[in-house]
Order: sequence, then structure tokens, then C-alpha cells
Amino acid sequence: MRSLIMALRSIGANKMRSALTMLGIIIGVMALVVLVSLVRGATGSITGAVSGLGSSVVSVNIYSTEKKPITLEDTEAWAASDPALRYIAPYSSDTLAVRRGENFGSATVYGVTGSYRMAQNVKLASGRFISAPDVKNHSFVCVINQTMAENLVGYTDCVGKRVQINGAEYTIIGVLEPEEESLTALFTAGQMSAFIPYTSLIRLSSTVSSRISSLYVSPSEGYTLEMIDEKMNDLLLDWFQEDEDAFRVSSQNLLEDAMGKITSVLSILLGGIAAISLIVGGIGIMNIMMVTVTERTREIGIRKAIGANRGTILIQFLMEAVVLCMMGCGLGIFFSWGILRLVSTVVASTGLVFTMDASVVIVAVVFCFLIGIIFGLSPANKAAKMKPIDALHYGG
Amino acid sequence: MIELRDVCKYYQVGDDKVRALDHANLHIYPKEFVSIIGPSGSGKSTLMNIIGCLDTADAGIYLLDGMPIEAYSERELARVRNRKIGFVFQNFNLIAKLSAEENVELPLIYQKVRRSERQRRVREALDQVGLLKRAKHLPTELSGGQQQRVAIARALVTRPSLILADEPTGNLDSKTSKEIMGMFHELHQQGNTIVLITHDDDIARQAPRSMHILDGQVTEVNLS
Repeated sequence: MRSLIMALRSIGANKMRSALTMLGIIIGVMALVVLVSLVRGATGSITGAVSGLGSSVVSVNIYSTEKKPITLEDTEAWAASDPALRYIAPYSSDTLAVRRGENFGSATVYGVTGSYRMAQNVKLASGRFISAPDVKNHSFVCVINQTMAENLVGYTDCVGKRVQINGAEYTIIGVLEPEEESLTALFTAGQMSAFIPYTSLIRLSSTVSSRISSLYVSPSEGYTLEMIDEKMNDLLLDWFQEDEDAFRVSSQNLLEDAMGKITSVLSILLGGIAAISLIVGGIGIMNIMMVTVTERTREIGIRKAIGANRGTILIQFLMEAVVLCMMGCGLGIFFSWGILRLVSTVVASTGLVFTMDASVVIVAVVFCFLIGIIFGLSPANKAAKMKPIDALHYGG
Repeated sequence: MIELRDVCKYYQVGDDKVRALDHANLHIYPKEFVSIIGPSGSGKSTLMNIIGCLDTADAGIYLLDGMPIEAYSERELARVRNRKIGFVFQNFNLIAKLSAEENVELPLIYQKVRRSERQRRVREALDQVGLLKRAKHLPTELSGGQQQRVAIARALVTRPSLILADEPTGNLDSKTSKEIMGMFHELHQQGNTIVLITHDDDIARQAPRSMHILDGQVTEVNLS
């Protein structure tokens, strides 16, 4: 306590120099806290965006379609009996020939139910999606993507027009939005695709049967991905008499996981750069403490002559370095808070919020303390080692 | 009280070995006021460093209060300086950024004396040198004589066995010198042991007993 007051006084005695010395630490702390907080804040919104790409869905693959096949009716029964599974979306796909007048090509045709729209976050530019009655009546209706509309019809505002899929006449009831913002667009760019009722696809395709091999379940209100995952697992284990190899349930959180990894690497990287600047700040402190010790050689001599031992002097100068570091740390954290508030205000329109993470602050404080000790030790030791007679006669 | 037996101290200056103290013998009894006089380069400062436990002898025996000093570690020497010796220097050696009372308080802090006790003793010491009113002043706000009185208070506050004064009047005019010497007499009468080191015969003569140091050897002299 006593040495703390002494340290504060000698720091106060040389305000300008102390402030300049602290600057290194202040900048280091600001770099650390601001950068890491910005990454954390951005991570939140990026992860949110990734989740929006239809990844918050449980996907189920059935491998054993022979033993006890699941039919469309079964999935409807599950959806009706358990509110958690309300948005169960069985689907299948095949590549089929499509034609309209002179234009033709091949398209990926998905057989779906109404819930598919929810599961894959399908966005329509016009018209409507496949509905339950369409599935029930094996309707000849289709929802097509922009590429298919352009290639076959020639324009995208084509709801009500007809196309041939594997020779059968289908009425276009909806057109998808352009896909540029969706992640799947990366893989399917320039390909034609269409959605038709599941029941209709069974009739069109030779490979698709009433036995469902894949389905999506998107959580209904009040249920989490994990809960759905568990429910589907239990249900299917029961269905296939505990045969775990008959199916596979996976939550499509892969993207989020990958994003998490990327941002944590980014955090460590930026944190590391900030740590380097903190160490540079620490070297600045060591430098100034060395000068201070030399300047105060006489004072050290006097203190030793009247009875201060090595330890007392060591603690006095070490305390000064640590206090200098911690003051810099405090100011740095305060400025970081200001900067984060400012940034949050400036980018408020984008919905990004940057808050100061308590863990970063703790890391900064601990790191500064250690830097104070490590870089203060050598000057303090230099002071403590001085011989009283040499120190007393220094400079006069 | 203080006994030096055949104490030697050598310094290496280039190729030459300089004998700052050459088999010096000295005996000082409790409550004595002794002056040690010698020209510069006579080994005066070395003697003072050894008596003050700022340095240790290369050979010989130094007994302070009956205890041999040469085997002490640095930490123990610091403790001896703190408790047994009160220093008064030529250039006062006060810490510039501490006030008069804080300078006086410092040795007690190193002794880990309780705060209330410290305050009482600091006031007592400052009162003894007549500077109670200037307790809050910084050394730079005090005259030379006043600074030296603060230094004396700092030496007194620990109630040391020995007050060691190295040219205490060297930086003062004759009037203040008289004042300071008067103070030493007063302290002597109160029962303190005082060793005063000087090059000035007039100052040395004021002590009841004087020793002379020349070429590292100490001899008894009669100046009066």
C-alpha cells in the first residue's frame, strides 16, 4: 500500500514522460480489445447470416428402404401427431428432360411437399409454392428457378405458362428469386431446376418411388435444432428396430461450425498482433524505467544508507512499472469502450452491435500486469543491486 | 562501542593497489563525541563508509556494539544501518520529492514501525531540531541549515547507537555552521554517541576528543 502511493507519486512527478510511456500500453490494449471485440461482433452477425442460408435444419437420410419403407403418408402422420415435427419435408430429385416449344434441356427436378419451402428457405419472386392439395392431387404444377424461366420461356414473369417435364405438361405456378444471394447458388449457378409435388415426381421418374430416402425437418416454433435432431433419432431408431445403420440424422450446422473456426482463428491472429504491440509497449516501459533508475541513483543511495534493503528497493521500482502498466491498461480499456461505442453508432444502420467482451478485458488486464512484472523486473533489479556508496557518490 | 582492529581497505587504481586504510585502529566509547580529522585523500571517506556499514573491510575486525560486522550479508548491513546508525551528510542527502516529515519518517517505514508511533516520533524528532513548523515543506523550500536539521532529525528518529556526521557543515556558511555544531553539542549532552568527520581543524576542535587520519592510519591528537 505504502509502495503504491510512492509509485503513484513518482509517476505523477514526471507526468509527460509517464503519459508517453503509457501510450505504448494504451495503444496495445486498444488494439487488443477493439480488434477482438470487432471480430466477436462481426462473428455474431456473420453467423446469423449463415444460419439464414437454410442451415438451421435437421436433414435425414434413409439408407434402408427395403426393410420398412417410409412413405409420404407416414411422414404426414408424424407431422400430425407431434407438433415438433410439423415442418417435416420429404424430398427426392431426379434429372429430367424439360421442354417448351423449341427450347429444351435437362433440369434437376425436386419432388417436394409444402414444408420444403420452410426447410430450405425458398424465396419466390412471383406466384406460389407447392401446397398440400397439389401433393394430394398429384397436380401437374411446378415452381421453376430463374435460369429455367429464362432458358425455356424466355422471360421470368411466366406464372401460368406451361412447360413439359419428361413429356408431361406442367403449369408454372411460381418462379424463384434470383439465386445470387444463396450459398447453394455457388454450386447450382446456371443450372435449371424445378419443384413439383412429390407425388407427381413418383409418376415421372423411374428412380423415385413412394419410399422416402431423404427428408428435412425444420424446427417449429419453440423447438431447437438439437431437440428435433434427438426426436428424429428416437423415432427412426424405433422405426428401424434399433438399427443405427439404417439412417443418418444430421443437423446442418456445418457452416456455422466452419464460421466459428474461421472467426476464432481470426480472433487469435488479431489478438496475437495486438499482443505484440503490447510487448513493444512493455519494452518502452522497461526503457523508461532504466532511465528512471539511473536518474534516481542518488535517491536509491540515500534510501539504502538509511536502511532500505534490496527487496524494498526492488518492490518500489517494480511497483512503479506495474502501476504504469495498469494505468495504461485502464486508459486503453476506457478508450476502447469509447471507440466501440462510436463504431456501433456509426454502423447502427447495418444492425451490427459491438460490445466489449468481459473475457477480452480480463485477458488485457492480466497481460498488462504480467508485462509490468516482466519488463519492470530488470530495471528494478538494477536499482536493487546498486551499492550504497557508489549510489551516494553518483554525480557528486 | 566502536572498535576497529587492524582494519585494511584496498582499492585497485589501474595497476596500483592503493591502501585507503592501512591497519587502522580506533576505539570509541559510548556517549563520546569524537571528531576524525584528515585532509582529502587521507582515507577519511573510506573510514566513514566502514564505520557506517556502507562498505566492508578487506581485513581486520570491526566491532559495533560488540558485534563483528565483516561477516554480515547485504541485507543484515542494511538492517544495521537502519537501526544503529544515523547518517548526516555534507550535502544533506534528502529525497527531493518528499517533504521534511516524510524524509524523517522514511527510516521508520523501513523498520516497519506502526503509523501512529511513526507520526509521534517524527514530530518529536522535528521538534528537537526546531523544525516542527516546516514539516510539510519540501527540501527545496528550506535553507541549507534547515535542510541539514531535517537530516539530523532523520538520523535521530531511529534512536541510533551512533550518529555519523560526514562534513556536516561543509556546505554551510559560518553562522549556520555554528548553529549545527551547537545542535551536535546538545545531542552529545543528551547522551548520543557522535562521530564527526571533517577536514576543518576549527570544527574538529569543538569535539572533546579528536583523532587524526593520514595515509590510512589513525592517531590520537590533542588539538586543544
